[in-house]
Amino acid sequence: MKTQVSTTINNEPVEFLCQPNESLLEVLRNTLSLTGAKEGCNNGNCGACSVILNGVLVNSCCVLAVETEGASVTTIEGIAPKSGGLHPIQQAFLENAALQCGICTPGFIMASKALLDKNPHPTEHEVRYWLAGNLCRCTGYDKIVKAVLAVAG
Amino acid sequence: MTTDTVAIGKRPIRHDGVDKVTGRAQYGNDVKLAGTLYAHILRSAHAHARIMSIDTSAAGELPGVQAVVTSADMPDLSKNTEVINDGEGEGGGLAYMSQNMLARGKVLYHGHAIAAVAATSASIAEEACKLIKVDYEILPPLLSTCDAMKDDAPIIHAAMRTEEAGKLGDKPSNVAKHMQLKRGDMDAGFAEADVVVEREFFTKMVHQGYIEPQATTVLWKQDGTLSIWASTQSPWGVRREVSELLQVPQGKIKVTPTEIGGGFGGKLDVYLEPVAAILSKKAGYKPVKMAMSRADVLMATGPTSGSWIKVKMGVKKNGEITAAQAWMEYEAGAFPGSPVGAGMGVIFGPYRLPNVQIDGYDVIVNKPKTMAYRAPGGTNAAYASESVVDELAEKIGMDPLRLRQLNGAKEGDRRVDGPTFQRVGYLETVQAAINSPHYEDGLAAAPATNIKVGRGVASGFWFNWGGKSSCNAAVNPDGSITLSEGSADIGGTRTSISMQLAEVLGIGVENIKPAVVDTDSVGYNDATGGSRTTFGSGLAAFEVGTKIKQIMIERAAKFWEIDAKDVTLVRGVFKNHSKQMTFAELAAKLDETGGQVVASAATDGKGGAPAFGTHVVDVAVDTETGKVQILRYTAVQDVGHAIYPPYVEGQIQGGVSQGVGWALHEEYFYNDKGLLLNASLLDYRMPTALDLPMIETILVEVASPNHPYGVRGVGEVPIVPPAAAVANAIHNAIGVRVTNLPMSPGEVLRALGKI
Ligand code: FES
Ligand code: FES
Repeated sequence: MKTQVSTTINNEPVEFLCQPNESLLEVLRNTLSLTGAKEGCNNGNCGACSVILNGVLVNSCCVLAVETEGASVTTIEGIAPKSGGLHPIQQAFLENAALQCGICTPGFIMASKALLDKNPHPTEHEVRYWLAGNLCRCTGYDKIVKAVLAVAG
Repeated sequence: MTTDTVAIGKRPIRHDGVDKVTGRAQYGNDVKLAGTLYAHILRSAHAHARIMSIDTSAAGELPGVQAVVTSADMPDLSKNTEVINDGEGEGGGLAYMSQNMLARGKVLYHGHAIAAVAATSASIAEEACKLIKVDYEILPPLLSTCDAMKDDAPIIHAAMRTEEAGKLGDKPSNVAKHMQLKRGDMDAGFAEADVVVEREFFTKMVHQGYIEPQATTVLWKQDGTLSIWASTQSPWGVRREVSELLQVPQGKIKVTPTEIGGGFGGKLDVYLEPVAAILSKKAGYKPVKMAMSRADVLMATGPTSGSWIKVKMGVKKNGEITAAQAWMEYEAGAFPGSPVGAGMGVIFGPYRLPNVQIDGYDVIVNKPKTMAYRAPGGTNAAYASESVVDELAEKIGMDPLRLRQLNGAKEGDRRVDGPTFQRVGYLETVQAAINSPHYEDGLAAAPATNIKVGRGVASGFWFNWGGKSSCNAAVNPDGSITLSEGSADIGGTRTSISMQLAEVLGIGVENIKPAVVDTDSVGYNDATGGSRTTFGSGLAAFEVGTKIKQIMIERAAKFWEIDAKDVTLVRGVFKNHSKQMTFAELAAKLDETGGQVVASAATDGKGGAPAFGTHVVDVAVDTETGKVQILRYTAVQDVGHAIYPPYVEGQIQGGVSQGVGWALHEEYFYNDKGLLLNASLLDYRMPTALDLPMIETILVEVASPNHPYGVRGVGEVPIVPPAAAVANAIHNAIGVRVTNLPMSPGEVLRALGKI
């Protein structure tokens, strides 16, 4: 039996039907075609599926879609300004070559956004600590950390 | 070296950057065709068992299920002796590859695919797999080279005989191959030495760890053609392997590469595509999507070999290495094809050796079939040899980099595996390491008495490959150029390839519009692997640029009504005495000068030009907990010519990170029944941002003689030195040598005699 959910995604009201056991990641990707959130592990260990739910960074593979009833979800598709250009974190990732294959990138950008929204001037250690829930196998993290520090100024 | 260039050596934003930071880039699992079915694979619950029967009837009856397949639905290739070589590591036999897609008769490792279901949803497919009944006769598993090589060991492949010097042995064996490299006189060499060190090293299986699990969509159409969307390093490899495994002509198969979320060698060969194809056909010619879970990835793809390696080396007091010998047993996994051959080339790769002997064994065990992993076989080999080199230096009281300078290979020296080195930059990397701020600085002070700090160094060698590439280019009226190429772009190669085309024409790389196209839209391209893409596909781009340049010069000449030999193209401007015209201005006039300008090129890059790296690392070892922390890391590498420097640095930093993971955290845990106990990213512990410091890179540029811009492959060699460098740093900190990978807290405490 499917459940109807009313929520807000990237500032737009959205309604969808889902099974009670479907994850937010599944609904984003399969039902809503928001495939920017990636599945790397499906059990909360890689961060590739990171989104922001009511201001809190979550692994969308570990959130049930029904839990987003009445909530506000921000995904990688929703952070660039409507007026054009990229979000400063997206721009910094490009300028700092902070991605190689790019599969982890949406998750890292969302995690970085959640960090900088809370703490606009983190130290290198704080950046590393905050991003430790996101795995990147390509970059060795060096340029990712530098990109986030560049935005923090 | 790059000061007067227009495109190469610069740091532009990559062409596919916006798609990748906005979530628009389409990876393997993002493909969605109308009417797609979803597939799931049933995997073996045992490490080694005979399949007595498979009953798929209940699965087939579940509502929503559209097809169920087993190996009976695939061509039986068990008598086929053809070898498929992916150009990286060792080739695997077609018969074995077929058995790895879906087990035939026996299952050979925990997670071996047995059957697959396509259904209207992924959850129905998964449910249906649980309804398949498999009757097993469980057989004893072999889980180490040591056990598999015992005289009375059970034989995993009944027909296997050991291949030795081109001949097959006369009795069944679990050793697929024994190889030997030898020159000089070992006894004389060791007799000359003042110090001889001999040690054994054990390493565990480790995984490539790409963050994107394998995913594919396959549509077998009613006209007998197949369309395949795949996350792969090798679109043409997928085409060939599916063709051979399903006995369908290559001309009937089109492979469209999606964006690829990492590979590191693990996405060179097929796992899913042939199975999805037969499901598509059996389900009535519908598209079938198949995506692995992380557990599937860890259980049944990759990994690289666990190994046992013994190294013996001798040195004179003056630092001259007189002899080196190694015995290397590599786990192939369930089917032949470990990277032991490559490991044999790497183990003493950086040195000039008068007397050397290396014996390598490719050994079948009940674990997944190993797959290439970044400099396949190199990291564990260098861990062994570079630990011993460090010990030689210690015993004769010499700086370990000085010892490497005295014995390092250079142009004209013969490699252990035969060829003679052309111009290489090994000694330059050692010198740059000696001169580095890191090596000149002292160690940080230890913060507490139970913390010991130490520094280690190690070097590494990798062959690098050239390979075949082709591309098409077309000049657009605004002066931009469309470049269709066929190399899966795992880390910025659209741009590094485009830069070489742009450079020939003297225009900025932003004028090139690269596209990675399907196998029907450009000529053949070898895999993105073997550190070959910027080298090999860059060569094709250089050549296509040279052709475009020639045609455009002729067009300028025609426009000016002069002879082509009187026209030059300098920094994107055509010139003849006082007349001049930019590339874009001429591009706007193509219709007036003979129509559109297109060109294509097909190249075979010979001699990928070997790469060397020398790494310096500082560690802190907690002698109470055994935990090792990386404090500082500097990687020096001869990169030939850094075409796209931020991504050259990125390759080095990524390789170091994987090497550090291999050194300290990562391993496959099997229980005594051969069941993999840590098939998740929580328990298979890859480095996080918190485990690493910034990774300093020093790019040494000794131009490769085999490429117009001096390119050498850069991707693989950075994973070779880290495990040895960290081991040597741990020794420097606590005075004992840790000879098992990973050097986890338990191993460190054991080495200290505390547990
Ligand atoms: S997919 Fe959600 S944490 Fe990995
Ligand atoms: S860029 Fe490939 S996993 Fe991070």
